[in-house]
Amino acid sequence: MKVKQHIAALMTGILFGFGLGVAQMIDPNKIQNFLDISGAWDASLMLVLGAALSVSFFAVRTILTQQSPRFATRFSLPTKPNVDRSLLIGATLFGVGWGLAGYCPGPGFAALALSSWEPVVFLLTMTAGFILHRFIVRP
Amino acid sequence: MNNFTPWAALMGGLFIGVSASLLLWLNGKIAGISGIANGAIWAKTSGDRLWRILFVVGLIIGGLIYVALFPYTIQARSGYPLGLVGAAGLLVGFGTALGSGCTSGHGVCGLGRLSFRSLAATLTFLGAGIVTVFVLRHVLGVGV
Repeated sequence: MKVKQHIAALMTGILFGFGLGVAQMIDPNKIQNFLDISGAWDASLMLVLGAALSVSFFAVRTILTQQSPRFATRFSLPTKPNVDRSLLIGATLFGVGWGLAGYCPGPGFAALALSSWEPVVFLLTMTAGFILHRFIVRP
Repeated sequence: MNNFTPWAALMGGLFIGVSASLLLWLNGKIAGISGIANGAIWAKTSGDRLWRILFVVGLIIGGLIYVALFPYTIQARSGYPLGLVGAAGLLVGFGTALGSGCTSGHGVCGLGRLSFRSLAATLTFLGAGIVTVFVLRHVLGVGV
């Protein structure tokens, strides 16, 4: 039933965005402070990731023993097996962009709530980056 | 240590972990935001596009609910060069598309699945981010 899938997507999105707010991850200063290990280091992001992983690590193990997801016919999991050049170059470019302004995609969307121009500009150029990738790497 | 907020971080992280687990359990999808957003542009069916858009709309609503419940706890940054923010978005969009994921997909979901690819990606973008902030703040003196 497609409607259930769509409601689930909206609800999990809301929970994710709310979690980013509670964790203060929509504050770009906090992200940059986390990456600033030789300056005003703020370890909060590590705890966010740790807490999220403590749930997902056990949940994934239980969930993937099931035949199929509740509202869909199959699990859609990443299939690429190896570390390759695209992964490393892509992750490097992403990391530079992440440090440059303190936004990654999730907080970019959730931070729209702060009514600032920064996430608007970030999301527009991020979309341009998606499109650029499509035309350069996968023409 | 600067403005360390351990309890908020742990609580928010739990919400994020529960959200990602629910999306996998219910819809069989990985909660990787860059992949969800990028896929919304190129989706082949309207159903595939719609759930992606709804998840992203949910992210925005979730942020709004947080700000409505806890106003003034996070101030919008002012005076940061918007040109840098624009360049950052371009790099994040291109980089996550090329590297198949961001903090959520590789960090929360990939590491949770013990994917070696995601571990390599996470260490790489963490390292690149640390070097970038070092150069930005301590060499160029931006945003300090």
